[in-house]
Amino acid sequence: MAQEFRLPDLGEGLTEAELVSWSVEVGQSVELNQVIAEVETAKALVELPSPYAGVVEELLIPAGATVPVGTPLIRIATDSASDTPPTRTPVLVGYGPEAAAQSRRARPRAAATPEDTAPPEPVRPDASPAARLAARERGIDLTVVPGTGPSGAVTRHDVEEYAGSAAPRVAAGPSERETRTPVRGVRKQTAAAMVRSAFTAPHVTEFVTVDVTRSVELLERLRGRREFEGLSVTPLSIAAKAMIVALREHPDLNASWDEEHQEIVTKHYVDLGIAVATPRGLVVPHVREAQSLSLLELCRAITELTAIARSGKADPAQFTGGTISLTNVGVFGVDTGTPIINPGESAIVCLGSVSQRPWVHEGELAVRWVTTLSVSFDHRVVDGEQGSKFLSSVAAMLHDPVALLAQL
Amino acid sequence: MVDKIAYPVQLLQPDGRRVLRPEYTNLVRDIGPDELRALYEDLVVTRRIDVEATALQRQGELGLWAPMLGQEAAQVGSARALRPDDYAFVSYREHAVAYCRGVDPAEMTRMWRGTAHSGWDPHAVKVTNPAIVVGSQGLHATGYAMGAHLDGAEIATIAYFGDGATSQGDIAEALGFSMSFNAPVVFFCQNNQWAISEPVHLQSPVPIAQRAAGYGMPAVRVDGNDVLAVLAVTRQATQRAREGSGPTFIEAITYRMGPHTTSDDPTRYRSSAETAEWKARDPIDRMHRLLDWEGLLDGAFLTRVRTTADEIAARLRSGAVGAPTPPPLSVFDHVYASEHPLLEEERAEYAAYLAAVTDTEEALS
Ligand SMILES: Cc1ncc(C[n+]2csc(CCOP(=O)(O)OP(=O)(O)O)c2C)c(N)n1
Repeated sequence: MAQEFRLPDLGEGLTEAELVSWSVEVGQSVELNQVIAEVETAKALVELPSPYAGVVEELLIPAGATVPVGTPLIRIATDSASDTPPTRTPVLVGYGPEAAAQSRRARPRAAATPEDTAPPEPVRPDASPAARLAARERGIDLTVVPGTGPSGAVTRHDVEEYAGSAAPRVAAGPSERETRTPVRGVRKQTAAAMVRSAFTAPHVTEFVTVDVTRSVELLERLRGRREFEGLSVTPLSIAAKAMIVALREHPDLNASWDEEHQEIVTKHYVDLGIAVATPRGLVVPHVREAQSLSLLELCRAITELTAIARSGKADPAQFTGGTISLTNVGVFGVDTGTPIINPGESAIVCLGSVSQRPWVHEGELAVRWVTTLSVSFDHRVVDGEQGSKFLSSVAAMLHDPVALLAQL
Repeated sequence: MVDKIAYPVQLLQPDGRRVLRPEYTNLVRDIGPDELRALYEDLVVTRRIDVEATALQRQGELGLWAPMLGQEAAQVGSARALRPDDYAFVSYREHAVAYCRGVDPAEMTRMWRGTAHSGWDPHAVKVTNPAIVVGSQGLHATGYAMGAHLDGAEIATIAYFGDGATSQGDIAEALGFSMSFNAPVVFFCQNNQWAISEPVHLQSPVPIAQRAAGYGMPAVRVDGNDVLAVLAVTRQATQRAREGSGPTFIEAITYRMGPHTTSDDPTRYRSSAETAEWKARDPIDRMHRLLDWEGLLDGAFLTRVRTTADEIAARLRSGAVGAPTPPPLSVFDHVYASEHPLLEEERAEYAAYLAAVTDTEEALS
């Protein structure tokens, strides 16, 4: 005999759910509790286990449809009459035995037309339920809406804004008050690389503000030493060294995403990219095998590389194939930034300006050298935990270079 | 039991090898091959109970369920340390404790289905019905223990609660009272790392067990995914209680591998890396490896365990799906032991409302 399974209330008073995908097909046999579909409610994405053993006779709604609680989802021909549960409608607990009354109450909704509904998205942006509804009603993909809510969550207002701004505008004509510059060379490459990275690697950026007075003092002393003469010995040098050391414990950030093979490639060497502003635009030459360099060698390599890059004579190979990068917006007097990862890498650290600020030091207000570090990482490869641990480890070494020394 | 805060007691490593800690190993000296196998069966069966009930909720047969996936060893190990006269005061997640105390699987889901105020007779099995009000059971356990103490009964009570519950006044009061009155109670905190979406470090910057020190209460931390270690420390604590030495605080470090309840989506607040890390410490895998090392696994045994689990799951399912729906007015029946005028008034009002609804539905149809 055939049994219908109706959409249950999956969580304390929900009235509808979206059937994201079916995991079974017509004609397939299913066991009791075998997962038959994935369903998304306002609260959670959950798997539906089959309440019957038997053969799937019909899928009664298409994937992508949003349906009210109580809607029949699937018909299953059960093996024998003996293993069938009582023939009544499955009780939707919390609503009493009247499942029909429930479906009568549910609002009929436009979104129930399955063709309109977008296919399931792998990434689920943070958004309020109201925003999700608004986006669904307008057919807007939530992942492209900039969020202004808590932790960047998309609000209903954001969706409305976005819907408004997406309306076609009258294009402004050319005028003498504007200059048109053809996009080529470094600008063109930068643009392409940034677009590729920003829209393939889901970026997460984290920040930490840290007292680096001891590093500043250390730099003073290093600069006074003979062997460092003529080299650029700056907070960037120590930050670079600290990154390289931190990567030993947190190698996940020194990796790349191989889309084709669906693999994460973790590098056991560090080719450190240093973002350099040049007259022709931004270039990112790399210090090869940076993991094997002493602080002195690292300072020398960075000094040489930036000089070559600025001169415009850098070997193109030095622009590609790094494993992680460092950018220093602090040189422009800026506190921090949210850098975009170099394509092919998984993380980039950004060093803000190192400046004297009021700071609580040993329980008292004091004037200290303070900087803000940030790191952007590719969330396909790195999770918040590793990213955060890496960043705090770099910060700890800048705060107390003895911690760095201990690991050399 | 002085300073065991820093190093959780462990007798079984994740790879299934034993750890020698004589003071604790001695407490489980009597656990031979048969007992080890029985513990393994408990772990497998209780996981199966949990999985079956979760499926029933997804099938619309239960209103809600609080999965305990991952916490089997903490619950089985502690419940198996109890004697028949001891009394367990539980939260909403202690399905394995209920099972070990002898609750019939057919009765386990009644409250979650809303067909009964309480699923089983607490006094028959000496385990309370699920307490939804977080932390309340700590006070109930303390009160019962104080009574037992006054009666001179040589029993222990055990209060089960989570890491989040330690932020509740009820637990703080229970800790204070139990020390003042030397109550024979064991505070068993399953630190499963999360209170819904709040990570444990928001509850306390120091290990949860350290809170006991402020009350002058001895405390111990234990690897909650190690059924032998949990059994050992709970035996020690319940023994202290029974012989009149007062309360003990146990922090069992474990992990809630599933959602908080079937209404929750944990992927929104915790990383898959974290879940994977704890998967490697799975309490059942660990016990399986131990049995394997010690040559106690064979096909017949594994088949028997599977069959038992299947039977219990089927019993749980039929108990839930077949449960009669109580008449709506019965909701007033067990509020007070005797008649109460206010309740009578409410009952009459509700009866009138139900009659009106029925009339309307008939008129409409
Ligand atoms: C007094 C009270 N406050 C809040 C709630 C809502 N609530 C239900 S469970 C829970 C979290 C409890 O976390 P924890 O004590 O760690 O136990 P766990 O759920 O992890 O087993 C909360 C806040 C409640 N049921 N009771």
